[in-house]
Amino acid sequence: MLKNFLQMRLKGLVVLAVIVLLLPLFFNNPFHYDLATQIAIFAATVVGLNLLVGFAGQISLGHAGFFGVGAYFSAVMTGTYGWTPLPTMLVAAVVVALLAWLVGRPILKLKGHYLSMATLAMGFIIAIIINNEGWLTGGPDGMSVAPFSIFGWELSSFNQYSLFGIEFGGDVAWYFFAGFLLLVAVWIAENIIDSPIGRALRSVHGSEIAARVVGVDTSYYKSLVFVVSAVYASLMGSIYAHFSGFITPHLASFEQSIVLITMVVLGGMASTFGVILGAVVLKLLPQVLADFQELEMMMFGLILMLTMIFMPKGLFPTLQNKLAERKRKKSEEQA
Amino acid sequence: MTALIEVTGLSKTFGGVHAVEALSFSVDAGQIYSVIGPNGAGKTTLFNLITGIYTPTQGEIKLNGEMVVGLEPNQLAERGMCRTFQQMQICMNMTALENVMLGRHLQLKSSFLTTMLRLPSLLKDEEDCRDHAVELMKFVGCGEYLETDASAMSYGALKRLEIARALASNPKVVLLDEPAAGLNGTETAALEELIKKIAAQGITVVLVEHDMKLVMGISDRLLVLNYGRKLAEGTPEEIRNNPDVIAAYLGG
Ligand SMILES: Nc1ncnc2c1ncn2[C@@H]1O[C@H](COP(=O)(O)OP(=O)(O)OP(=O)(O)O)[C@@H](O)[C@H]1O
Ligand SMILES: [Mg+2]
Repeated sequence: MLKNFLQMRLKGLVVLAVIVLLLPLFFNNPFHYDLATQIAIFAATVVGLNLLVGFAGQISLGHAGFFGVGAYFSAVMTGTYGWTPLPTMLVAAVVVALLAWLVGRPILKLKGHYLSMATLAMGFIIAIIINNEGWLTGGPDGMSVAPFSIFGWELSSFNQYSLFGIEFGGDVAWYFFAGFLLLVAVWIAENIIDSPIGRALRSVHGSEIAARVVGVDTSYYKSLVFVVSAVYASLMGSIYAHFSGFITPHLASFEQSIVLITMVVLGGMASTFGVILGAVVLKLLPQVLADFQELEMMMFGLILMLTMIFMPKGLFPTLQNKLAERKRKKSEEQA
Repeated sequence: MTALIEVTGLSKTFGGVHAVEALSFSVDAGQIYSVIGPNGAGKTTLFNLITGIYTPTQGEIKLNGEMVVGLEPNQLAERGMCRTFQQMQICMNMTALENVMLGRHLQLKSSFLTTMLRLPSLLKDEEDCRDHAVELMKFVGCGEYLETDASAMSYGALKRLEIARALASNPKVVLLDEPAAGLNGTETAALEELIKKIAAQGITVVLVEHDMKLVMGISDRLLVLNYGRKLAEGTPEEIRNNPDVIAAYLGG
């Protein structure tokens, strides 16, 4: 039975679901739920970013920009204009998809690595707009965001809920909601990877020229995955805004883009569960090293560099290989 | 009958180097057509021109009577042309089987939504694609590597894998750039059989190869290049007796 399970396509998803369900056993205050919710939201974001960076081998240095557009679009439209959160979030995703297509399509038709530069510039522009248009966004001081609601059911960290006679706080509800979103994000990403579209994406990384001669329109697929990863970021940005209830331009900043990329690289490019681990580590690290807050950016830079030098495959795949090797050695010793 | 590939006055210069110059020839459907010539003669450049990787400096290329200069490699793949590379191009981030399944890209038309939600129609397509790819891997003699990562395969096996991927696209014509390079005697013999089997399926084969024994044994016609120009063209018999060819090959 164990063997059957190990050969299952979605075994990782099952393991992740079990972790999400059991993790609260170790939580004993609202802060734990809050942190875990944040981790789930960022993990889902980088699961999307990994499709672009890890699988298709394209670099985006402006993904926090998409996250920020999603967050601010939702904040402004639900707050100032009274839109309903769920449809607003979807409209934001469509806007971001168009933006990503407009930026990505012409650039990705060119040969070479122009995407990183274009996204860098785009990220800066988004951050500047959010900072400067204070009448809309609250500027550098940030703005508060209305709670999320699904079909009239309000989801707020400050509410109390009861389900089947069990009483729980809004922080718990948010945690399970974010965990559920992460599972959906992983499920969709895995579906994309293991498909003709996924092979086309990976072939762009593996050998673009091979891909082209078998008929893959590589510039189209690069644009497609760029849009998909941007939509992931936008949706998660909207969710994050509603969850935290207050957002500042920092979440759309260049530093945030670097944090996202570092999560992917550290956790393991082209490894969906690896990048989740990356999100966990990089979100926990600042908690552990709270005294070194000013050095945070430097630390992330250092982590990025050290990973690329010593663990180019990333944390998760390296551990996986180590385990496999040890298993092989053991069976060899026995033989 | 029109030729499958018709090249007229084709030239490609890199800076001052005339890699291919004023070249004309045609390949009929169903042939095994080989291009030979010393190192640097322009064979790979010719393949790159025909498959849309380079744009010619001058000249025309017709595929099935259609002008195809300026089309992208993927557009040529849609018209039934596929190839392998002298510098092998394998996606090392995939399994062997996935590499071959990639070759079926144009046959697979599932929408993004179908893919995202992994709907039953996708599963059906994927199963067919997989079966077809497995068959092709067995056909080229890679049957034992189905689930192997491409990065873990031997050089000889990868050479065959690349051919399987090209065949997966259901091509009318495949261009093989030095498929025997680096292979030992047994592997080369197996390759010869493979190329014959491919041709027997009605697929036109254009072959660049240095192994004279192989080339002379299986080709219907040959084109001899020297410094980017046509030195001779004809049947193996004609080529073997061509004084220019003898002079170029033996006289240095
Ligand atoms: N991209 C390029 N840029 C500049 N010069 C090139 C390029 N490609 C080929 N050449 C030059 O064109 C000439 C023909 O090269 P080509 O690779 O076509 O030869 P070949 O017949 O395939 O040789 P070989 O048998 O060694 O593979 C050579 O002089 C080579 O240096
Ligand atoms: Mg060559």
